[in-house]
Formats: sequence, structure tokens, C-alpha cells
Amino acid sequence: MKDFNYHSAKDSKEASKLASSSSAFLAGGMTTIPSMKLGLATYKDLIDIKNIKKLSGIKVSGKSVTIGAATKHVEVSNSKDVKKAIPSLSSLAEGIGDPQVRNRGTIGGSIANNDPSADYPSACIALNATIHTNERKIEAAKFFKGMFETALKKGELIEAIEFQIPEKSSYQKHPNPASRYAIVGVYVAKHKGDVNVAVTGAKSCVYNDKEMSKALTGNFSSSSIDGMDLDSSEMNSDMHASADFRASLVVTQAKKAVDAC
Amino acid sequence: MASLVGSRVERKEDKRFLTGKGRYTADINLANQTYAIFVRSPHARASIKKLNIDKALKSSGVVSILTGKEIADDKIGGLIAGWAIRSEDGTEMKCPGNPPLAKDNVNFVGDPVAVVIAESLAEAKEAAEKVEVDYKVLKAVTSTADAMNGDTIHEGIDKNLCFDWLLGDRQKVKEAFDKADKVISIDIINNRLIPNAMEPRACVADYNAASEEITLYTTSQNPHLSRLIMSAFGNVAPEHKLRVVAPDVGGGFGSKINVYNEDIVCSWAAKKINRAIKWVAERSESFLTDIHGRDHVTHAELAVTKDGKFLGFKNETIANLGAYARVFGTVTPTYLFGPCATGVYEIPAAYTNVKAVYTNTAPVDAYRGAGRPEATYTIERLVEKASMELGIDKTELRIKNFPTAFPFKQTLVHTVDSGDYVAGMEKAKQMADYKGFDARRKESEAKGKLRGIGVTSYFEACGIAPSAAVMSLGCGVGLWESAEVRFNPTGQVTVYTGSHSHGQSHQTTFAQIAADELGVPIENIDIVHGDTDKGTFGMGTYGSRSLAVGGIAIVNACKKIVEKGKRVTAKMLEANPEDVEFKDGEFIVSKSNKKKTIGEVAFACYLPGVRDEMKSPLPEGDEPGLKETSFYDPSNFSFPAGTHIAEVEIDPETGHVKLEKYTACDDFGRIINPMVVEGQVHGGLAQGIGQALYENAEYDETGQLMTGSYMDYTMPRADNFPEFNIGYTCTHATTNPLGVKGCGEAGAIAAPPTVMNAVIDALGGQEVTMPATAEKVWKACKNLKKSNAKAA
Repeated sequence: MKDFNYHSAKDSKEASKLASSSSAFLAGGMTTIPSMKLGLATYKDLIDIKNIKKLSGIKVSGKSVTIGAATKHVEVSNSKDVKKAIPSLSSLAEGIGDPQVRNRGTIGGSIANNDPSADYPSACIALNATIHTNERKIEAAKFFKGMFETALKKGELIEAIEFQIPEKSSYQKHPNPASRYAIVGVYVAKHKGDVNVAVTGAKSCVYNDKEMSKALTGNFSSSSIDGMDLDSSEMNSDMHASADFRASLVVTQAKKAVDAC
Repeated sequence: MASLVGSRVERKEDKRFLTGKGRYTADINLANQTYAIFVRSPHARASIKKLNIDKALKSSGVVSILTGKEIADDKIGGLIAGWAIRSEDGTEMKCPGNPPLAKDNVNFVGDPVAVVIAESLAEAKEAAEKVEVDYKVLKAVTSTADAMNGDTIHEGIDKNLCFDWLLGDRQKVKEAFDKADKVISIDIINNRLIPNAMEPRACVADYNAASEEITLYTTSQNPHLSRLIMSAFGNVAPEHKLRVVAPDVGGGFGSKINVYNEDIVCSWAAKKINRAIKWVAERSESFLTDIHGRDHVTHAELAVTKDGKFLGFKNETIANLGAYARVFGTVTPTYLFGPCATGVYEIPAAYTNVKAVYTNTAPVDAYRGAGRPEATYTIERLVEKASMELGIDKTELRIKNFPTAFPFKQTLVHTVDSGDYVAGMEKAKQMADYKGFDARRKESEAKGKLRGIGVTSYFEACGIAPSAAVMSLGCGVGLWESAEVRFNPTGQVTVYTGSHSHGQSHQTTFAQIAADELGVPIENIDIVHGDTDKGTFGMGTYGSRSLAVGGIAIVNACKKIVEKGKRVTAKMLEANPEDVEFKDGEFIVSKSNKKKTIGEVAFACYLPGVRDEMKSPLPEGDEPGLKETSFYDPSNFSFPAGTHIAEVEIDPETGHVKLEKYTACDDFGRIINPMVVEGQVHGGLAQGIGQALYENAEYDETGQLMTGSYMDYTMPRADNFPEFNIGYTCTHATTNPLGVKGCGEAGAIAAPPTVMNAVIDALGGQEVTMPATAEKVWKACKNLKKSNAKAA
């Protein structure tokens, strides 16, 4: 690992001011630190945002759950309020990585990184989330741009994620046997009027499967998507799962999710 | 005094391990030490056109950079194969040179070309990045099956063939097959595995200019053997000027038998720079450069009668050696494989033919089970297929072909001294509720799941091995073991063993044995191992040999102590030595109340006199002191055996295989510590099930390791396993005084075919290769659905 400067910002403003083209924000460091250690990324400055009080915590209102960007996965999974309002979000957090990761990794870090196999992006899409940054509010549907790519601008810092409370929801994951990241993860959320089927792991970026969403909006039953033959041409293919297998898993996990709702 | 052998004595080593007080090689730091980083080939096959260290030498903190040129100039030898194998045509095996630092050619990704030694690890790393190597990249050979058709990797080794070996009689087998009602044939792949010891390899080398002695602390399963190889073949230092210490070692599974490049280079370089050098592998280096295991491609056939008697067996295997032949690399796919491939069955005619090939991959060598898992997988997959094709119950078919009397002269090499395979099978069936399987299958089917049951009956040859036998077959060393039992004047005992514990609990089980033999409380007995300066020469731990060979050496040394004790007691108590009996730590003169404790005898041996009298307790001819040594050479291998039964449930929609039940009924002879044996069985099963369902080392066609981290190499985790149902039958080995057999490898040997037989049973007999990953199983489920639909 190359030398770098460590800064601990006291508020978003300071964090943003310290940011440059050769800096990175440091939250849990679950991706940033290993990337630096392996020499895949080098930064001149690391700006630690964990000590910014405003960025941590969970607020539940009648319609939404708002989670501070530096809130750890373990805090989300243990939160009684989250469990009550959106139980599937709580269990999603409980299934991320391992205890060490859950005790350090943060929701903001996960979303900002936008790993194609990460769990949280699917929750954002399914639960019509709004991403609050120090500059603006971004709808989840416009936030995730591509593999490891988001709508965030340099120096822009996620402050909180606001999830819409659905009528019913469930997240089902087929994990990679080695890393336990999602080979395919499907987050189904039934809102008043429509259904979202957010898929992670299958393509280069999380997406809302329109075909299944439509079918389930018409009839919220797993039978309405059973046997659906999804187009696998844009799906990921690696030694753990071919595109065809992923396409099949997306339907299977979506069915499981609907049945679990 | 109650016997300790057979009881669940708590592990003496646990206190230090569980409280973080273990002392591993990486914990050792010497004054003024430097740090080594190895520059490794990023290519699977290349010639080195130019190597430039000028920039790197100027990097901060660099002490020295050494390359293949210097090591060749200093005439430091390379790594070796420890077992000479002869081909069927009588020619000797062909082995390439394997210099510790490559000078002209590199042959796998990770092959080291230079070592950078610096004041700090960070500086060594930074400088290593500045070493410029100009490679001419050549086409790599990576496929086991096609290796013989690839470019020649090593000059002069045609078809990349190390040897083409035959065990058995082709003509007899042909005759047997001519008489058969049916021939069952199978094509299988024994997947390549990476051992993944919890502690990565490491070494710290030190040179003492005053005594001209090199001390190497290293992660080894056999420090004396390492010293011998480094001295005799590596030319690093004469044996008396080379001390090898293997302190606490965190798992080996065979991967730490070998002397590795880093051991030789650091020892040689420490003397050269006259400073200590520390090297600790990063996990990615372990993946790339630790020896790998298995990697066979096999075609096998079984000739049977229609009522299920086995008549003949053929085994044609291509075994991948990787880039170089290492210590047990050549024996693993031959004498550790071929003899066991006929399994626990009476088969009148059999042969095994193995073509061992070089490829541009990490060297393949002994990994837990070494050859016997491959053998057992071959025969047990074949027998299971025979049961399906003949329509005979899988347990009945096996029993029909079990030997009925012991000693059992197995078809190819071994004479198995003891066992009761039918009893093992019956007990395993009962433990697994074999009868209730059909009902459980129906329950699974009602939920839309597929359920399968798989059986394996295995035997294996371990406790290696009678020296004369193995040396006659090409082994470069004898495989005896040593022990030295030393009493202190005040009665405590230190036992020096040539075996090495890297998870095997020797500190406890060996102390149990010595405590029973000597009648000394177990807390007064220390087991010392792992330091060539402390104990006598020992051969180390592998092949489930520690107890059956090393343990017996301890018993024999203890018996010598008792014999001397009897003589001394007789002298002290003025009795005949023949009249002295030893029991529970006391020497008793029979038909009298005269006795001496072993502590009193030890004291007398060290303080042989009394004030005011010219009188010695020592009989004429006996010297003072109480210390005895034994070198035990076993008269035969030990042959553990058993039956394992697995049940899996498959979700056809996801291809997920859930191992629902696993039953292991093993015969390990006499058990010293049931708790330790359970640990060994659990560990073996975890690795065996790992091979069947999860683990796989995969190279791409250019020779890059695709599974080079835990992100892609699936190490099984606790939640992948059901609670293991473990039981034993016990027939004592007749070839050693304790009646013990090895237990360390059984799980890894029996589990792969057991689990795969269950998976394939669930899939209606469709073959899938190991590991049975979700996608492979999902595809097979789709095929099954199609063929069922057609049938309907």
C-alpha cells in the first residue's frame, strides 16, 4: 500500500472541501482498503466520514425509512424500527458479507461503490429510494449508472438513503458459493399500485425487471412469472454461473421472493 | 491407575492456541532481520530474455537482490522428487531440473525468478516492483488430458511424460473381461484442489558467523527431512551446520512436506548477507505456489457377472504433476493410488496404468489422502454405477464382493492384516437409517425436491511405511520413525518424537501413550518435536503415520526404559531381574512387598551412589542416566476401512445440493483419544465434502489461476455441513503393539465418492463432475425433466 494522507472530517462540508481528483471518502473501507492494499487503487487523501455524527442513524416515518450513509449494516439489521417497517431490508442487511463486514461496512459505502453484485442497490431500486447527498436528492432509478458507476459527482457525498415503505417485500439471494456475494439477488416490493422487481448480480448494474414487474403488478402471485424466459444476452457470465443459469435464477429467486411476501 | 489410552483427555495444546500464545514461524522476529519478497513469473511458460535489477537496487532500504544466476553460480541445488518411478517399458522417470530461482525458463505462474531483501517489508515490496524481467512468452500447456499433445515444456521430456507406469497384469485382466457378463465403464475427473492450510507458508533464516550454522524456522511437517534434502541436494550447508525448526504449524495437509524454493533461497541468502531474513507468504502466494492436490483424468472399467461378482478391473489414468516433480509428487499417483484402486473388494484381476504428465501449473503433490482419495473415487463411483446397471442394491453388491477372511491379500500389492467390512457396512446402514431412505425420498419429492443416497466402502493404506518395502519400490528414504524418552532425575519425562504435530494433537495423545507405558502422570510428560537440534532424526508427519509409526517408537522406547528399570530395581532390592514386574509406575518384586517407584528408579539412575557406602544401584553393564531411543520400522502399512453414507436433497430450480445427512462408520483399530479422532474425522470430511461440492482449482488456457483467492475458490464453511453422524467398528491392527490404524485421511478419502454417489443417485444416474456446483446440477435436473417427460 502506498502512503496517503488520512483526514477525519467533522462535517459534510469539510469532507467535501477536502475532496480532490486523487481522494476518496472512507466509510467502512470494505472495498477501498483492500483495493489499495492490492495496489488496484491509490489515493493521495483518504477522507474519513465515519465521525460525522449526522451521517449515522435510522429514522422511520409513516411512509419512509431514512438511513444515514455511515450507518453500519449491523445497525440496520438490528434495528427494531427497520424490522417493523421493512423487514426485508433488515434481513438483507443481515445477509451481507460476514460479521466483520457487517460491523464495519456502511450502507452509503455500498451504494456509492455500486458493485454489480452488492445487495443494497437492489433495495434502493425496489423501495423507490431517494439518495440524499450534500448537494441534492437523486432518485434511485437515476442513481445507478453502470458497473461501479453512479450519478455522484466528484466530492459529492451521500448523506442518507430514504426508502419508501412498501406493502409487502422480500429479498432473495442465490449466493456465490465462494465469496457469498449475490450471483443473483432479487428484491421484490409491492407498493400501492405497482410492483418493483430489482435484480442485482445478474447484469453489469442493478436494474428493475420491467417484464416481471408488469406481470406481478397485474397479478401478485409467483404463478404469473413461473416459467418466464428472460433474455440472457446482457447477463453476466463467469466460472460460477453462465448467463443462461443467471437468467433462470432471476425468475426462481423472484418467485421465491413473491412467495415469501 | 486408570488407563489414559482410550479416554477423552483434553488437549494439552489448546490452552496456548486458544489464548493466542501459539508460536508460529511468522511470530518469530530476530534481531536485525531483513524481509524478503519474491519476484514471481506472471506467465505460465516463458523464457527469461533479460533480468535487470539496477533500478530495484537503488530503491530505498534494499539490502540485496539475488537471482537465478547467483544461485546457480553458488551451485545451490534444486527441488527434487523423492520417489523414483519406472515406466512399464523399464525406463526411469524423467524429471526436469527445478532451481530454487529460475534462471532461463519459468514454468508456472508464481515460479520465482529473484528475491529482493530489504530493511522493511514495504521497501522489499516496492523494490520488487522495480525488478525488470523481459520474458519471451511461450504457449502454455495446462490441460491434464491433453498435456501429451502440447508443446514440450522441458527439453528432452517427450510428450511431457514423466513416466507411463503399470501395476498389475494386463493379460489376466483381458482374460477376466472376456469372461464377463457385463462391463461397467466410467470416465471421471478428480478435480484439482488447493490445500489451504490456515497458516500460510513462512520462513525465517538466520546465519551465525561464529558457529557457521544456519538456522531455518519454517512451516514444515518434517524438519529433519527438510534438512536432509536441503543439505544433500540443495548444498545449502552440511547437516551438522543446518538447524531446521518447525515450531507451531497451522495445518499442512501434505502441503508442508516439501522443501520449497523460499526455504532454500532464504537459508542460502542469510549466509550470503550475514543477516536474518524473514519471508511470510501472502494468501495469494499460497494459492499460486503451495503444492496442489489430485488432478487426475481417469477411464476405468469393471468386469462383472450378472449376479454381481467382480471379475476384473482396469484403470487408465492421466495424472497431472504440474510444472515439476516434487517430493511425493511421483509416488502419489502411483504406489499410493494404484494399489488402493481395487478398493475393499476381491477382484481376481486388475491393473492400474498411470501416465504422469507435466503442465504449466503449480506442482501437484500429496494432499490429505494422497492417491487414496483418487483411488477410492475411481472404484466407488464404478461400483455404484454397477449397482445401478445390474439392479442390485448398492450395499448388497458391495458385501457380495467383500473379503471374508483376514489377512486379506488384496489384488495388487497389500496384505491387509485386519478388518471386518461387513460389520462396518451393517453398522453404517443402521446409523444412517438406510431402510428409511425411500420414505425420506418420497417426502422430498412431495416438496418438489430430488433426494439421493450414496454409499462408499473404503480401505486405505497408511502409516507409511516399511522401509525395505518402500525403498524397493523407489522411495529415496526409509520411512521408519524415531522416539527418545528422557527421564529427568526428579522424575518428569520428556519425549522427543520425529513426528510433527501441525494440528494432530500429539502433545496430548503421545503423552497419553507414554503415561500408560511409564505410569507417570500425564502432566509430568512433555512431548517435544519440530527441532533438528533437539530430537534425533525423524521422518515427520504425513500419510497418517504419526501414531502407527511414531507412536510405536514411543512405546518401544518406553519399554526399554522399563527393562532398565527392572534391572536397576533388582539390584537395589537384591532380587532377580526376572522376578521384577512393572505396573502402574511401580517395579514390584513378585511374591514380596518390596517395590520401587519409577521416580525412585530414575533418581537412582542419575544419582547412582549413597553417602558413606561404596554402593551403586546400577547393575554391572548398565550406565548411569535414564534415557532410551527407538527407531521403529513398521512391518506393514496400517489399513483403516469403513463405510460412509450420505444423503442429499437437490432443489431442481436452483441446482442447490443440500447435504442432509452424513454417516461415517470407520475402523481405526484401537483409539487413543476419541475426541481427537472425532476432530480428525470432521476435518477430513470437511475437505472431502469440499472436494465433492465446492473446491476446484481452475487454470485458464494461458495458465493463469482463475481461482486465486477466496472470492473464487470455494472453501467450505460450517454452514455447508450437517451434523456428522460418526461411529466406529474396531478391529485391532495385528502388525503393531498398540493395535492402531491411521485416522487422519479417512474422511478426505471416503467423502468425495460418498457425496457424489448421492448426488448422482438423486439425478437418476446422470454423471456430473466434481465439484457438483449449482449450475452443473441445475443442467442435469433440466435433462432429467426432459427425459422423464419423454418416458411419460
